[in-house]
Amino acid sequence: MLSRVANSLYWMSRYIERAESIARLVDVNLQMLLDFRNLDDATLNAHWMPVVQSSGDEELFRKLYPRTTGQNVTEFMVFNPANNNSIVSSIGQARENARMVRDQITTELWEEINRLYLFLHSPRATKLWRESPSDFFQTIRNGSLLLQGLTDATIVRNEGWFFIQCGRYLERADKTSRILDVRHASLPAHGAPADPSQADALGWSAVLRSCSAWDAYKALNGAEIQPALVAEFLLLSDDFPRSVRFAVRHLNTALRRISGVHEGRFSNEGEKLAGRLLAELQFSTAEDIFEIGLHNYIDVLQGKLNAIGEALFQAYIFQPFQTPDDNELRQQEEQQQQAGPQAGLR
Amino acid sequence: MPTSTPARPAADLPAPFRQYDTGGFYDEMLETNGQVRPHYQHFLKHFGAVTPEEFAAKRSAVDLSFLRQGVTFNVYGDSKGAERIFPFDLVPRIIPAHEWEHLEAGLVQRITALNLFLHDIYHEQNIIKDGTIPAHYVMSAKHFRREFMNVNVPRDIYIHVCGTDIIRDDKGQYLVLEDNARCPSGVSYVLENRRALKRTFPAIFEAGGVRPVENYSQELLKVLQHTAPAGVAEPTVVLLTPGVYNSAYFEHTYLARQMGIEIVEGRDLLVRDQHVFMRTTKGLQPVHVIYRRIDDDFLDPTVFRKDSALGVPGLVNAYRAGNVSLANSIGTGVADDKVMYYFVPRIIKYYLDQEPLLPNVQTYLASEDADKKYMLENLDKLVVKAANEAGGYGMLMGPHATKAEREDFRKRIEADPRNYIGQPMISLSRHPTYCEGEGFAGRHIDLRPFILYGEKTTIIPGGLTRVALRKGSLVVNSSQGGGSKESWVLYGNK
Repeated sequence: MLSRVANSLYWMSRYIERAESIARLVDVNLQMLLDFRNLDDATLNAHWMPVVQSSGDEELFRKLYPRTTGQNVTEFMVFNPANNNSIVSSIGQARENARMVRDQITTELWEEINRLYLFLHSPRATKLWRESPSDFFQTIRNGSLLLQGLTDATIVRNEGWFFIQCGRYLERADKTSRILDVRHASLPAHGAPADPSQADALGWSAVLRSCSAWDAYKALNGAEIQPALVAEFLLLSDDFPRSVRFAVRHLNTALRRISGVHEGRFSNEGEKLAGRLLAELQFSTAEDIFEIGLHNYIDVLQGKLNAIGEALFQAYIFQPFQTPDDNELRQQEEQQQQAGPQAGLR
Repeated sequence: MPTSTPARPAADLPAPFRQYDTGGFYDEMLETNGQVRPHYQHFLKHFGAVTPEEFAAKRSAVDLSFLRQGVTFNVYGDSKGAERIFPFDLVPRIIPAHEWEHLEAGLVQRITALNLFLHDIYHEQNIIKDGTIPAHYVMSAKHFRREFMNVNVPRDIYIHVCGTDIIRDDKGQYLVLEDNARCPSGVSYVLENRRALKRTFPAIFEAGGVRPVENYSQELLKVLQHTAPAGVAEPTVVLLTPGVYNSAYFEHTYLARQMGIEIVEGRDLLVRDQHVFMRTTKGLQPVHVIYRRIDDDFLDPTVFRKDSALGVPGLVNAYRAGNVSLANSIGTGVADDKVMYYFVPRIIKYYLDQEPLLPNVQTYLASEDADKKYMLENLDKLVVKAANEAGGYGMLMGPHATKAEREDFRKRIEADPRNYIGQPMISLSRHPTYCEGEGFAGRHIDLRPFILYGEKTTIIPGGLTRVALRKGSLVVNSSQGGGSKESWVLYGNK
C-alpha cells in the first residue's frame, strides 16, 4: 500500500471520528444550559470555556470572539473554518483525504462523506442549526455513525482497513480523555474526590452523555453519579467501546495486524508504546489515577497518545513527505491546475 | 452561417419538439425539410412520450447524483475549492453505423500516421529531408523536445491515447478540428454519462441498438501493459496524477479504479539507479508503466521545469534507459501544434500513401506571406488561433469580435506569425438540447472520440459530445458555458 494512501486513510478516519465527538460534546453542553437558572457572563464562561479548552483551541477562540456564549462556542466549534478542529473543517479534511484515496474506498463510503460535506455547506445546515440545534447535531452524529457502519460493512479487511482502525481508535482515546478533563476544575489536584454537589453531578452526567456512556454507566453503577466511577468507567472499562482502554486495545491490535508481530513483542516504536500504554491501563485502578490527579494523569496520557501517532507515522510513512509551507502549497495547487493544459474540457 | 430556408416545424414531431427550429443550420436530428433523420426515429418515439414534469424530475435527479458522486471539476482560480458539475444534457447525440465506420477509419488512419511522423522527426527526419515539411516549423514547435532525439520509445508508440476533436460543417461533413496527443481528458464523462442515462431512461436503451462503451478501461489497461519495458512479465502500471486540485482529478481516480491500478502523485515515486519505485508501507516497490496525466513540462524538475512540485526527479533518465514506459510518450505535443495540424494531410500522404479520410478545416499559416496577407485582410471573417493554446483561449472569433480585439490580433500576428493560424468560421452542426426557459432548442456541438493505440487500435464507439449551451455560442469548452451529451453509436443505420 502506498505510504501516502495509508496516511490519507488514517486521517480520513480520524477526522470523521473527531467531527462526531465534537457534535456530541457541543450538543450535550447546549442542552445542559437549559437547566441553569441564571445565565450571566461568568456562569456562561465557567460552563463553556472548559469545553473550548478540551479541544485545545482556547487562544484562537479568545481572539475571534469577545464573549463566551453558547452561540459563539457552537459557531466556533461547528461552523468556523478558521478553527481547524471545527466540525466543518474536520469533515472537509476527511473528504479531502478521502478524495486522495478515492480509488481505495468504496463508492458508498465516498458518497456518504461527500453528502455530509455538501450538507454542512448548504443553507439547510445553518437553518437547521438555528431552528433546532439538537436535530442538527443528531444529523451530524448519524452521518458519522453511518460512515462508521459503511466502513465496517464495505471495506476489505486489508492493510488499509487497519490504518483506518488506527486513526479511529487513536482519535477516540484522545477525545474521550479530553471530554473527561472538562470537569477537572471541580476536583482536588490530588486524591479521591468528594461527593459532588447537585450542579457538579449534572456536569458529570453531561460528560457521560458526551461520550454516549450514560446508559452503560447506569447499568453498571446505578443512577448515582460519582466522579471517581465516571473516570474509572471512561478510562479503564474494558468493555465500553468509547473508553480509553477499549480504544487503546483496538489500536494495539490494529498496529500488530499491520506488521504481523504478536502480542508481547514489538517491531517498532509505535507498537512498543501502544503495548506499554495498554498494559498500564489494564493494571491501573481509579485510586492510582486520583493519586496522581485526574488532570495530570490525562495530560500525560495525551502525550503518550501523540507519541504513538508520531511513531506510527515514522514507521510507515517512512520517507516522510515534507510539510510544504503556504507558498509551496499555493504553487503546488496552481501547478496541479495547469499541469494538463488539455484538461481539455476547460 | 444560416444558408437554407427556415425549417417548417413538422407536424409529426412529438409535442415537446413542435416549436423546434433548426434555424437553417445543419441539424443532427432533422433534415432541412423538417423530417426526422432515420437514426433518430426510434429514440424520438420513446423520448417524445416523456412529459415535461417527468423530464424535469429526471434532470434534477441526474444532476444531484453527479454532485453526490463528486463527478465535478474544480473552478480555476477559486481557492475556496468551489466545485461544479459539468452540465449534462439528457438528449443524446446519435451516430448511425455508416457514419461511424467512416469516422473510425479516418481516425485510425490519422493516429497511425501521427505515430509514424513522431518516430520519424525524433529519428531520421526523412519527412524534413524530403522537403514535405519545412524544418523550421518542426524545430520551432513549442513542444518539440530536442532532448529526445534518437531515443527509442517502447514499441515505437508515441501517442497511446488520443482525443481528436471533430466537428461537422453546414453540409454535415465531418472535419478534424484538432488532435489532442498529450493527455486528453473527458473519457470518464463518456462512461459516467452513459450510466446516468441508462438509469434515467432504461426503456429507450431496450432494443435501441446502442453500442456499449464499458470496455474502455480494460482496453486502456491492455495498451499500457503492451508498452511495458522488455522482459517484464507482470508489469506494475500506475496512473500519475497532478493531484486533487487538477480539474480532471475525478477522471484520474475513476480510471485507476476501473483498471485496478494505483493512482500516484509525484511525491509517491522516486528513482534509484534509473529505476522507478513507489513508496509503500512495506518499502519501495518497482513501477514499470506510468500512465501520466501530467504534461511534459512538469514531469521531471531535473530536465524540464525546475520549479515543478509535481514531478519525479530522475524520471526522464529512467525512461531514456528503457526501465519505465510512459504513456503518452514525451514530445507528442509537437503533433498538437496548430501549425503541424496544417500538415497532417501531407503527413498521412507521406507515410501511408493514402488520401486523408477525414479532412482538416481549411487553414492559413500566418508565417506564409500569401496566407498572412489574406488573414490580415479578412480578420473579420476568420477564426484566428494561437498555435499552442487550448480550451478556447488565445483565440479570435473574427465575425463576433470588436474592432479593438481584431487590432490586437493584427499586432500579435505581425509580431509572431509562426504562432498563429487562421480558419474560416465553421457553423458547427446543431443538436436539440434542453434549455432553461426555452424547452428543446438547437445548440452547437462537437465530438471528441478517444483512440487507443496499442497492439491494435481501438476507439470506443462515440466519445464525448460537447455542447455550447449558450444561445448562438460556438464555444463548447466547459469554462465558457459548455456542457456534455451522451454519444450513441448504433449497430445499424436507424
